[in-house]
Amino acid sequence: MAEEKNEGLVLLDFWVSPFGQRCRIALAEKGIPYDYSEQELLGAKSDLLLRSNPIHKKIPVLLHDGRPVCESLVILNYLDEAFPDQGSSGKLLLPADPYARAQARFWAAYSDKIYELGTRLWKLGGEARAQARAELLQVLTNLDGELGDKPFFGGEEFGFVDVALVPFVPWLPSYERYGEFRVEEAAPRLAAWGRRCAERESVSGSLHSPEKVDEFITMLKKHYGIE
Amino acid sequence: MAGGSDLKVLGVWTSPFVIRVRIALNLKGLAYEYAEEDLGNKSALLLGSNPVNKSVPVLLHGGRPVNESQVIIQYIDEVWAGAGPAVLPRDPYERAVARFWAAYVDDKVGSAWTGMLFRCRSEEERAEAVARADEALRTLEGALGECSGGEPFFGGDGIGLVDVVLGGYLGWFAAIDRIIGRRLIDPARTPLLAAWEQRFRAADAARGVVPDDVDKVLAFLQTLLAIGSMK
Repeated sequence: MAEEKNEGLVLLDFWVSPFGQRCRIALAEKGIPYDYSEQELLGAKSDLLLRSNPIHKKIPVLLHDGRPVCESLVILNYLDEAFPDQGSSGKLLLPADPYARAQARFWAAYSDKIYELGTRLWKLGGEARAQARAELLQVLTNLDGELGDKPFFGGEEFGFVDVALVPFVPWLPSYERYGEFRVEEAAPRLAAWGRRCAERESVSGSLHSPEKVDEFITMLKKHYGIE
Repeated sequence: MAGGSDLKVLGVWTSPFVIRVRIALNLKGLAYEYAEEDLGNKSALLLGSNPVNKSVPVLLHGGRPVNESQVIIQYIDEVWAGAGPAVLPRDPYERAVARFWAAYVDDKVGSAWTGMLFRCRSEEERAEAVARADEALRTLEGALGECSGGEPFFGGDGIGLVDVVLGGYLGWFAAIDRIIGRRLIDPARTPLLAAWEQRFRAADAARGVVPDDVDKVLAFLQTLLAIGSMK
């Protein structure tokens, strides 16, 4: 019997990117095989990356039989639509009901704000940092409220919003330090959810430790010449 | 006609995000109630329906809110999949391409739009935002050539997601044209987009929804600047 055919998928990615990790976690949850291709981002970008995403020149890019899909949430939608009952788990990330799907898409897009605001926390100082801190705390509070007492954002099942949000969890300890707050205090249910998600193989196999992430931030600060 | 008393849109008549939702509803032949919001005095219904962002558009379907314009459009397309043309393509790869360009429009054109009108503190800053808009429109000119395959719209022979997302900005573009003294979508620089704009504005679904009174839009701009409500 021939080996499980790789579905013609290549993921252009960067080890610590939470946007790339969204895709890795989704592929793992669905049990879909793919080739991982680590990209050089701080030095010269590969021809393959520049050809595949000429507009933004960013990862992640999912190549499916050579055709590029760009933008992490677009990739997640694509995986559900192009592989509706394939992969060893046949799992769909989005719920079936259109209203529930709309809620999931809203909150997945909303989760992008964590990275946006967190980045401002370590890049900026003074008033701008204080502003970013206040906004980030509001985002975490809103997410905590939306999660409520459910085990996952999707309810009983780990789903679209969980995949979109969980890669930011290892960045939170760094943000806590720069912003002088604690997620455990500001968003306790979210903190517990982060720990719960880490028990899943797809998540623990894709994410890096907070220490590694913090090292990366420190390296970036040097790279940008930030104190 | 489907929809009717079941559907309500909370909006502001100039908002590109509201306009695109209304065009999508029109494309699907859906009747809806429209309520104009005062951004300086937001209604309890708006604040209750969109507590996180407190922004328009909000689509209320049977009283349940759906927020974020691109989420709303996909919702409409899925719920009324049988009614009227599909707003997103059927093929998964083509859907991914459409979503990519729709995201690009809001990222590049959207940020240039706020830069040209609401966030510039000098004519220099405005000019910088105009340059960014020019670059984005040049890229979209290329995208239109690719996506349309010679057909009239980004969506092919009918209006699709990218068309409604970009089309929502046309009312403001006409106002910006007056402010900067030349056309953003210039037939000499972006001929495909210029022709696309004519077709889009003339489409039934866009009629009465894309603002065409530049004086009115400019007057409204002053109101918005006074409220300071544009982030």
